[in-house]
Amino acid sequence: MVEIDCRGLSCPEPVIKTKKTLKDNPEGLDVLVDDRAARENVPRYAEAVGYKASVSEEGGGWRVKIRK
Amino acid sequence: MADVRLTELVRSSGCNAKLPPGDLNEVLKSLPRTVCDRLLGGYEKSDDACVYDVGDGKVLIETVDFFPPMVDDPFVFGEIAAANALSDIYAMGASPSVALSLMCFPSCLDLSVMRSIMLGAISKTDESGCVIAGGHTISDREPKFGLSVTALADKDSVWTNHGARKGDFLVLTKKLGAGVMMTAHKGGETDAAEAIESMRTLNKRARDIARPLSVHAATDITGFSILGHSSEMADGSDATIYLSLGSLRFFSGALGFARFGFLPEGRYTNEDYLKDKVDFDSRIEKAYIDLLFSPETSGGLLLSLREEDAGKFIEEFGDDASIVGRVGERAEKSVVVSL
Repeated sequence: MVEIDCRGLSCPEPVIKTKKTLKDNPEGLDVLVDDRAARENVPRYAEAVGYKASVSEEGGGWRVKIRK
Repeated sequence: MADVRLTELVRSSGCNAKLPPGDLNEVLKSLPRTVCDRLLGGYEKSDDACVYDVGDGKVLIETVDFFPPMVDDPFVFGEIAAANALSDIYAMGASPSVALSLMCFPSCLDLSVMRSIMLGAISKTDESGCVIAGGHTISDREPKFGLSVTALADKDSVWTNHGARKGDFLVLTKKLGAGVMMTAHKGGETDAAEAIESMRTLNKRARDIARPLSVHAATDITGFSILGHSSEMADGSDATIYLSLGSLRFFSGALGFARFGFLPEGRYTNEDYLKDKVDFDSRIEKAYIDLLFSPETSGGLLLSLREEDAGKFIEEFGDDASIVGRVGERAEKSVVVSL
């Protein structure tokens, strides 16, 4: 599964990167975030475009798993 | 200069850059109180500006507001920053007299950018009848700009944010959703033209039309969101504010961008601070709740008036303003949002 590292980025960049990466990888991806707003906003985007999103803590940040 | 993209130089922008209200309150609570009989308003009531009694029935009204750019065009940034700072004076029912500028400016940028920011600000202070008398400029990695504004007013003419009365109608004079639109704009998703036009519009006309009416309470909607500023008005007035979602108006596209997660960080810090003060009808869609918690920049005036005065205001001001709710007796929550 493709993974993108959005740690250190502030919104809306993690959402924009997720959107772009999802276009080329329609089966899904993992997004690493360490920003509170990104932790909320990336799943919102994924769900709005018809994916399922789950969030788990990882290394002081979060891993957002986006799947069909 | 045409190549400069101001928003790429900053992490957060506009009133989205405000410190979380919970953090700010923690510091304010811990500070010693200097008793000053002449200080009438100020941060204890969370009002928009402080009011200083200079005697003979006159008061000085003072405010300061500055932030990083939310638009790339330096002239428009100057206009928005000035309109936003001047708004605190209009929210007190007064007319701004004199301002000082605060400029943080990166040494890597051409000085013509600074000139454009100032020209934008001057166009708005000219429109308001206020003069920029001077200012202070420091070198900083991120640009920031704003004004400290002073007004002189009759003591008994000042509007506060804590005089709302049971039965009052609430009028809001601009649409909501600027924080969400500017987050989407930063992501290259929209030109946000409608929100930008709204942010650069002074609240002068709203103040002028409301001035002869009986305004019981007033505030402007900025970084603490419609819910935050409404809850300050409700708490200060020992009342509960009932907002009706159907009567709130949002910039075109804002709801869609909220659904897609283009939400500023302030949306979450505002909720942290406000969640125990606000109640929503359970049928309200999550994206609307996102919009209501999101910071605004240079938002409209929220006026608490008698029903007939609210009607008179809308009639004269026009369709940009709407009646968004009413004031009721104090209940458990500060703000209740119905469908």
